[in-house]
Amino acid sequence: MLNTYEIMETIRMLEEEKLDIRTVTMGISLSDCADGDGEKAREKIYNKITKYAGDLVKTAEEIEVKYDIPIINKRISVTPISLVAAASDDPNYVEFAKTLDRAAKEVGVDFIGGFSALVHKGMTEADKKLIESIPEALAQTERVCSSVNIGTTRAGLNMDAVARMGKVVKKCAELTTDNGGVAASKLVVFANAPEDNPFMAGAFHGVGEGECMINVGISGPGAVKAALTKVKGEPFDVVAETIKKTAFKITRMGQLVAKEASEKLGVTAGIVDLSLAPTPAVGDSVARILEEMGVEVAGAHGTTAALALLNDAVKKGGVMASSHVGGLSGAFIPVSEDAGMIEAVEKGALSLEKLEAMTAVCSVGLDMIAVPGKTTADTISAIIADEAAIGMVNHKTTAVRVIPVPGKDVGEEVVYGGLFGRAPIMKVSDFSSSEFIARGGRIPAPLQSLKN
Amino acid sequence: MKAIISVIGVDQRGIIAEVSTLLADEKVNILDINQTILDEYFTMTMLVDLESLEIPLEELKKELKTKGEKLGVSIKLQHEDIFRSMHRI
Repeated sequence: MLNTYEIMETIRMLEEEKLDIRTVTMGISLSDCADGDGEKAREKIYNKITKYAGDLVKTAEEIEVKYDIPIINKRISVTPISLVAAASDDPNYVEFAKTLDRAAKEVGVDFIGGFSALVHKGMTEADKKLIESIPEALAQTERVCSSVNIGTTRAGLNMDAVARMGKVVKKCAELTTDNGGVAASKLVVFANAPEDNPFMAGAFHGVGEGECMINVGISGPGAVKAALTKVKGEPFDVVAETIKKTAFKITRMGQLVAKEASEKLGVTAGIVDLSLAPTPAVGDSVARILEEMGVEVAGAHGTTAALALLNDAVKKGGVMASSHVGGLSGAFIPVSEDAGMIEAVEKGALSLEKLEAMTAVCSVGLDMIAVPGKTTADTISAIIADEAAIGMVNHKTTAVRVIPVPGKDVGEEVVYGGLFGRAPIMKVSDFSSSEFIARGGRIPAPLQSLKN
Repeated sequence: MKAIISVIGVDQRGIIAEVSTLLADEKVNILDINQTILDEYFTMTMLVDLESLEIPLEELKKELKTKGEKLGVSIKLQHEDIFRSMHRI
């Protein structure tokens, strides 16, 4: 039999250190739902999602009971809608988003991702329609999430799309002024978007994926932090080893859930995403791990190095624990969803510039950051371009999820509640990037050799 | 299915008796049992076989929880695979 210490360690991780499964996400291909008649396409989409995901929530709940592990979110990702809706001659795709929302509510999932377009090299007419539909689609639905991939390491950056996305983010916030611009929190602008990411708002079911897959996102910043408190003052070799061992255990739990869920649902097991995903709850913070390593407040000098170590050690520990690792797999540093990050911003220790540097060594990017409502669309586009350039050059996924909160400015905060938390408004540069964004065209793909 | 029942709390007379009576009533077979004092807390772990259990798992968990509240201890039941997957390669 297992010994008492091992059993107690697991129970402590679950109860005191807030270890949980962050999400079980079912990816569903909608490519066979395309139809010349938009109405018919939407009917097929609704029927397919409700058929495949009908038992998703029930199954996840059964697993929660069996192992006594909280599974926080049950979600669905679908084929990028710009591909599915392209066959129809609808003037815009808002109705498609409403159908996704209705299906999500019917099966009881928290979010459905995939109101998406992949435009890293160029935009089809359908891509353009989808991008123009995003603000209304997100403002008029509750559970739909949207993402647009505007660059890759192989294709470079599509600066025409970057210019558009600044305007789209702005419009999303403006259409939901009464709710702090919440629609912008459901939109991610990616470079090198992964096709099997289970996390929202950026999840979509890539074209290289199967008919239906189960992807699992783990969590556990609290467990990593607790493990590190036991090695206070030890050299970094010990820190890295400790994180690896903890990540291994956490990931094994994710692997178990992924296997069980896919078997019960009769669906292919996809990947386990190793990301350390924080929540606003006390003790569930990535910032606190960095502080445990010795920086006084997240954002102080040394934070980037600490994050680089954390991100790498989590992957090294997790990779052996799971048969298939994928998605984003890194440490998340969303500001509004991490109590430690919020505090760091409020103390003046963490700026947008420092966050940008941190995203060079971890996934996933500038995430859940509130900026002043007066920030121009061009400045947002420029923020997107900077972040995408980091992803493009470093062969990694980066994303931007910023919210220009209408009517608010630096010194104020916006409260979303739940997993989205609250966000202090962060300062952006007052200088203009308009001429830079107005150029349009494409930034060529970077050289893959002569690295320095 | 085999599961681990863990009981943690302040030590007092009759904890093992109460828990094992409940399990016997629900046709749960105890395969192994360990008891120790960890960080000043009474800590008991049991490996049990739920093969002959006639009520839904959720029901049994509720009964154990209620019993725990009565005894002033925390009682949890979890499938053994969660521990096995974490601690055994």
